[in-house]
Amino acid sequence: MAANFAKAGNQLYTGERAYPFIQRSNLWFILAAVLILASIAVPFFRGGFNLGIEFTGGSEFTVSQTENTDIAVGQDAVEEVSGQEAIVTNVAPGTVRVQTEELSDTETLEVADALQQGYGVSAEQVSSTFIGPVWGEQISEQMLLGLIVFVVLVALYMAFYFRTWTMSIAAMLGLAFVVIVTVGIYAATGFEVTPSAIIGFLTILSYALYDTMVVFDKIRENVDGLRSQLDQTFTERVNLAVNQTLVRSINTSVVGILPVGSILFIGSLLLGAGTLRDISLSLFVGIIVGTLATIFIQAPLYARMRRNDTAIRSHTAEVLALREQRGVHAVTSSGMALDAAGQPTVFPPLPEPEPEGELEDDDEYQVIIQAPHEH
Amino acid sequence: MATRTPAAHARGVLIGLLVLLLGMGGLLAFAVQDGRAQWAPLLALDLEGGTQMVLSPQVDGGEEIDEEQLQQAVEVIRQRVDGSGVTEAEITTQGGENVVVGLPGTPDAETRELIQASADMEFRPVLRAEQDMAFLEELLAEEEDLSEEDAEALEEQLDGTEEEEQAQPEDFEEPTAEPENGSDPNWITPQVAADFANFECSSEISLEDRAESSPDEPLVSCDPESGMKYLLGPVAVPGTNIEDSSFGMEQSGAGQSTGRWAVTINFDAEGTEAFSDTTTRLLGLEAPRNQFAIMLDGQVISAPTTQAAIVDGRPQITGDFTEDEARGLSEQLRYGSLPISFEIESEQQISATLGEEQLRLGLLAGIIGLVLVAGYALFQYRTLGLVTIVSLVVAGVMTWWAIALLGWSDGYRLSLAGIAGLIVAIGLTADSFIVYFERIKDELREGRSLPGAVEAGWSRARRTILASKAVNVIAAVVLYLVAVGNVRGFAFTLGLTAIIDVILVFLFTHPLMQLVARRKFFAAGKKFSGLSEKELGVDVLYRGSGRFGRRQQSGSAETLSQSAPAAALAGTSAGSLPSSPLRPSAGAAGDAREDRVQEVPEISESEWSQMTIAERRRARAAASRQQDTDETEEGR
Repeated sequence: MAANFAKAGNQLYTGERAYPFIQRSNLWFILAAVLILASIAVPFFRGGFNLGIEFTGGSEFTVSQTENTDIAVGQDAVEEVSGQEAIVTNVAPGTVRVQTEELSDTETLEVADALQQGYGVSAEQVSSTFIGPVWGEQISEQMLLGLIVFVVLVALYMAFYFRTWTMSIAAMLGLAFVVIVTVGIYAATGFEVTPSAIIGFLTILSYALYDTMVVFDKIRENVDGLRSQLDQTFTERVNLAVNQTLVRSINTSVVGILPVGSILFIGSLLLGAGTLRDISLSLFVGIIVGTLATIFIQAPLYARMRRNDTAIRSHTAEVLALREQRGVHAVTSSGMALDAAGQPTVFPPLPEPEPEGELEDDDEYQVIIQAPHEH
Repeated sequence: MATRTPAAHARGVLIGLLVLLLGMGGLLAFAVQDGRAQWAPLLALDLEGGTQMVLSPQVDGGEEIDEEQLQQAVEVIRQRVDGSGVTEAEITTQGGENVVVGLPGTPDAETRELIQASADMEFRPVLRAEQDMAFLEELLAEEEDLSEEDAEALEEQLDGTEEEEQAQPEDFEEPTAEPENGSDPNWITPQVAADFANFECSSEISLEDRAESSPDEPLVSCDPESGMKYLLGPVAVPGTNIEDSSFGMEQSGAGQSTGRWAVTINFDAEGTEAFSDTTTRLLGLEAPRNQFAIMLDGQVISAPTTQAAIVDGRPQITGDFTEDEARGLSEQLRYGSLPISFEIESEQQISATLGEEQLRLGLLAGIIGLVLVAGYALFQYRTLGLVTIVSLVVAGVMTWWAIALLGWSDGYRLSLAGIAGLIVAIGLTADSFIVYFERIKDELREGRSLPGAVEAGWSRARRTILASKAVNVIAAVVLYLVAVGNVRGFAFTLGLTAIIDVILVFLFTHPLMQLVARRKFFAAGKKFSGLSEKELGVDVLYRGSGRFGRRQQSGSAETLSQSAPAAALAGTSAGSLPSSPLRPSAGAAGDAREDRVQEVPEISESEWSQMTIAERRRARAAASRQQDTDETEEGR
């Protein structure tokens, strides 16, 4: 199987096998638009997000390593002390979580005591958390600030690195897609939004852009030599880059998902809700969305933005005209010529230069001789 | 340098890494030996059990708090917590607006109140002052390295006062009249006098003592720095009347600097009046009643002598200050103008049991993640996957030591979120290898020899790896700066591992590949080497001396590499060298055109594989310059 994967890798590399990522961009964009609209609409229909206690304020108790996981015990304990109805969940085997509204200091201690007796555990096994109502807001503000600073810094960095704003803008628009869709998935599934999850979101941005950097770097490499050949169009070259990095993209997301998945597994099954689960869940969702966004949104978006440059248009027109002349009627999406039987083949030689072209040839010949003197 | 072979270079680099690793390990071993560090990383409260509180400062009237004042508040909390006997408390500011307090165990109600309460500043006139002998004794016991002279002087002083019985209120006389002003000795009731006699100076002030002190009553307190204890009158000026405070060089009347540091206080209108009254009164009194004490949080921080009646509300305190002392006093005074109390924003109590469990499961998740990634690497890259695994192990050791070292030098503690960051980083680290290996494969597909492919693949992968890791580092730094609470640990480990990853790829994985590329097993593309024909997915021929080539067919296979986009665009990498034996001899017009595309036609492949990266880059640049010229000419 690995061998097949490798073989596919080689064919993707040469362009013999090509998936039309760029050519089909209209389809991807429509799908993306639908997803974005859905992501925006879902929170309204579902009445917002399932906000964690950090955003609503309140107290939370965790009883760990208990044999008795009866939910009623926890509800009674809180009822007795403060007369509130508590949300009690058996979050993992042997772990019970009790969430209440804000309790005073003494009440907190009393509830902890009651839980201890109710579940028959030692004081060592009851943990408590109290969160003021503005805490979550403060965290969100900080995160929003972080988000803005990060996006600005990376946009500048990418523009500087690739020496073009188009790549930077395409990457950032794709990033917006990642954020909106991930948030939408959170709204749709009712996953709990906690500060840890929000930190996870920020990490996703870093991951998604990291992935984009690698693919864009390949695109840059492919497009740099665009004008020196007349076999492939701009679009085909960009598509080739995406296909060439496809194996890497798959490997990368698998390798990225495996450890995140193991935290998610341990975090949600054995440890119950908490830092580990929240961070890994948002990463898990984000890595998948981020990888897909690079291939289906960011790269096609870049191609779209550049495709109508005058230089690129004329180059494309020239390439297509030459193909007519050379009798190439079919190419793969990555610009490999196909023969009548649909088998990959070589581009036929460029047509002989027209009569006046001979002069040009002389020019070129002269230039080659002159070149060393110029430097 | 340029003449060294890649293999020799690789060995040099590997030795460099070994030195770095040994240096880190040695430093850590030395610190452990010394008892100052430990091999295992320090654990944060969520893994060790304990209480973490995030506090936000509260000020009356919604005034803004600056960083200095917050720092001062943290100082006050630290003193209080230390004073209450809690050890290993960690108090830090975060994000410039929050204070995070970490305590082992569960703090009692008193400690919680101590942490939250504001610290008041007061100016009180001194009624009596005395050196606390018990304090000096303790000092003597503690500081054995006191100079002989000082020790003798101290002992002499101590000998003079050897009445160590508890003074009783009955031993003292009743005041003769009602006190008239703040400096009136009639404030001293027998009870107060007895308290003063029995008072022992310490930095601990219990909550009851704090609650007892009233601004209208006399008070016994001391300066825990010097051990001077004071009997003080009622509050003359509260700290809230301070508008600002600054420090600088003292100016003489002629406007010249005296070379001494001075702290200036600016009182507001009310404070100016009160202070003017007090100083006018104190000026005429005998020592020590001409002193007034500046108190912060129940302790005397300074007790200057009045030298003039200050009517303009701008007193200047001079003394044998160093610059730091002057700054410290001035900061305390500024803090005193704005008493900050704290509200608990969030409080987390983690029992030791839960902490232990989280640590255990966190590590388990890490191991599972590592095994899965290692398994996938072996599956995808066969024996080459071993390079990934060894690299991950070295990265792991390096990260572990770096965290242990940071625990020693900066008190860094590993939290659960930090462990999550480390685990997530496994994937990101492994990705550098994937980028690199895929590039090598691409170069092999171009028909290069393995050593050549390693060099060429590296020079391109390097760029991509650096560029993409930079994004990770930017993210980690931003996250670290804005994050509050335990999530900071996540950003920290994420950034740390990104940097270690870069170091590793440069100093370990690449040199290792350079050496591995010379092993016949890999170079010849043996089965399971990860580079075999089948595993590359390309029809390659073993061409001897570690070289692959495509089959020379008259059909499509070999020409694919030619006009396939890959060759054209690999373009920049001398993908198809004219002198390469792999090149088909077909001299069609299309080839004639392509010949111009190839950048370095004048160098044969054997020469090329001997060249260093730098040389190749130069050759390539030169060729592409020439090519550019061609194109511009062509465009005319």
